Amino acid sequence: MIDLLEFLKKMLTAPGLSGYESPIREILQEVWAPLTDELSVSKIGSLHGFKRGQGNAPRRKVMISAHMDAIGMMVTHIQDSFIRITQIGGIDHRILPGQPVIVHGREELPGVVVQPPGHLLPESVGDGPVEMKYLLVDVGLRPDELAKKVRVGDIVSYAQTPLELTGEALAGHTLDNRVSVAATTLCLEALQNRFHDWDVWAVASAQEEETLGGAFTSPFDIQPDIAIVIDVCFAKGPGASDWSSLPFGEGVGLGYGPNIHPALYDAFEKKAKELEIPYHRDLMPKMSGTDAMAVQIVAEGIPCAVIGIPLRYMHTPVETVSLKDIRRAGRVMAEFIADLKPDALDQINWGE
Amino acid sequence: MTENQNIQASKVPTIGDRQIELLEKLCNATAVSGDEYEVRQIVLEEIKPFADEIKVDALGNVLATKFGRGENRVRVMLAAHMDEIGFMIVKKHDDNLFQFERIGGIDERQLPGKAVLVGREHLSGVIGAKPIHMTTADERKNKIPVDALRIDLGPEIGEKVKPGDRATFATRFKRFGPSIQAKALDNRFGVAILIELLKHAPENIDLLAAFTVQEEVGLRGARVAAYRLDPDMAIAVDSTPAYDLPHWDDEDQNVQYNTRLDAGPAIYVMDRATIADRRLVTLLSDAAQEEEIPYQFRQPGGGGTDAGVIHKTRAGIPSISVSVPSRYAHSAIGLARVDDWANTLRLLYAALVRVTPDLLAGERRG
Repeated sequence: MIDLLEFLKKMLTAPGLSGYESPIREILQEVWAPLTDELSVSKIGSLHGFKRGQGNAPRRKVMISAHMDAIGMMVTHIQDSFIRITQIGGIDHRILPGQPVIVHGREELPGVVVQPPGHLLPESVGDGPVEMKYLLVDVGLRPDELAKKVRVGDIVSYAQTPLELTGEALAGHTLDNRVSVAATTLCLEALQNRFHDWDVWAVASAQEEETLGGAFTSPFDIQPDIAIVIDVCFAKGPGASDWSSLPFGEGVGLGYGPNIHPALYDAFEKKAKELEIPYHRDLMPKMSGTDAMAVQIVAEGIPCAVIGIPLRYMHTPVETVSLKDIRRAGRVMAEFIADLKPDALDQINWGE
Repeated sequence: MTENQNIQASKVPTIGDRQIELLEKLCNATAVSGDEYEVRQIVLEEIKPFADEIKVDALGNVLATKFGRGENRVRVMLAAHMDEIGFMIVKKHDDNLFQFERIGGIDERQLPGKAVLVGREHLSGVIGAKPIHMTTADERKNKIPVDALRIDLGPEIGEKVKPGDRATFATRFKRFGPSIQAKALDNRFGVAILIELLKHAPENIDLLAAFTVQEEVGLRGARVAAYRLDPDMAIAVDSTPAYDLPHWDDEDQNVQYNTRLDAGPAIYVMDRATIADRRLVTLLSDAAQEEEIPYQFRQPGGGGTDAGVIHKTRAGIPSISVSVPSRYAHSAIGLARVDDWANTLRLLYAALVRVTPDLLAGERRG
């Protein structure tokens, strides 16, 4: 049995920023090896875990896509003993001042994001938020040492250590989307002792936060009949209270909208009800903001379901999740897959 | 006192592994103004074997005296505040999230997305922020208002946290390269220096060490400490900002840096609260030059230390401040150089051994 908390903490220590996923991928290769029949790495750096179905060939294929890449920063300039940065993925510059980071230069350099005092900034900034181009990173090295160890283009990751909160809640950076990688891993584990007709392809995809590069390319390789995309969704919390956020720790989100095939939504809803797994319909009126945006339109098109794990404070270094929802997501995916009959694809239609 | 400690106590104070370990313990402890308990306990434990008299006064200051030997000893007060900036929990909301107030001068732009430790049990919490996906470009041009922020300790916090509990940033002490990264370097540097000076007190003076409270909310501890100790002179030992950062436009030079890292201890001539006694400025700068200790004058200007109230206590006490320069004070992570801290300790020791009754015999001149 995988110790979920320890596994998550281990994954959170690996940077794996978009385009630089190898540190997290190497951890997953080790964990997925005993849970799959074959492992491979795509040209763009996604990890594919293949678990053969027990039905008669030719078998249908279901793909799970959970992006493993993380948001972060990149060095744009070195000035004396300071570093200037830009973002990889979407970061609100207002959460950066005072954040612990690691600059991945010739070695790992711990540092802090610095908001310079007002008199060193353009007057227009006043006492308002300071844009990213004016922020600095200080790793505490003198200029000559810094110049030897850091170059433009080096990546900078969040360094906040994970924190256990009450009620099986965990806070930290990059829970988006390592929680979904964890749920996928729990799903693979649950399928070890289950009969499943279909072939299962678990994908830890690359570059979701920037280009959706993994989500466009892995389904092209794998050619799945259906895809389950799992990502974080918004949990209710400070600043997030309207229809687009779900209660925290009280069930998974089932995505509903144009990226999602309605028959797959229905099938997941039915499965969740049957298993008494709490869920909420997660409305995505225009787009899902997940790998499904790409997976859906690969080749001739692929029917997608979107599973969401509610997360507070998304894209900050203190994203917060409930472990209960990770387990629920893993379970509902495993049960859904184990229940896929050889002819299940016939039900994934438009009711015509 | 064991024989071993006796030998150590006779040496000139230096910064080594043992002192860095103690600073780590001091920085990681929580002592928000008005609740300095944790740092006070560490201080008492450290100084017990070395001080001749120790008193915890009505406000919670630790007052420790080490008597010198011989005639006509000058009574020198050294003050270092134990308290740090932080937060107080003020309200629990229905959604199990806690509203908080800032204690001390904290820029609200330093709050979103931070880990905190709450209460005596150091329970983990976070100050989150709205996901960027839910914000508009216009919204991001404005600060995140502090009253929109909450401390989140998880859904099952129950009654473990209540209004009145204090909190600090959760930053843990780190040593890297020539630097230290930690919270509360303002003013655990001063506390650590005072502890070393008590352990190595020069015999020509009576050393009156005041580990003070509530500096960050109005210099309250230092006022009553100075009254009680009734010294002949005083030195506030603190940490002051180094704004030695580049100007956003590479062409412009930064001439308002307050202090600079790697330039040694910062000697105060004037800040918002105190005009230092020139005799003490000379004492310190002469001692530095004679001992070849790097030093800098803090750029005269704003800010203040415990000296701001000490120099006006009773009939007046000749006072000055000396600070360890550090960057990013009053935020989650400060950054400073080990060398600047070590040189501040060296300078203070060198100045103290040079104190004679003649120093203050005449009128204040300048």
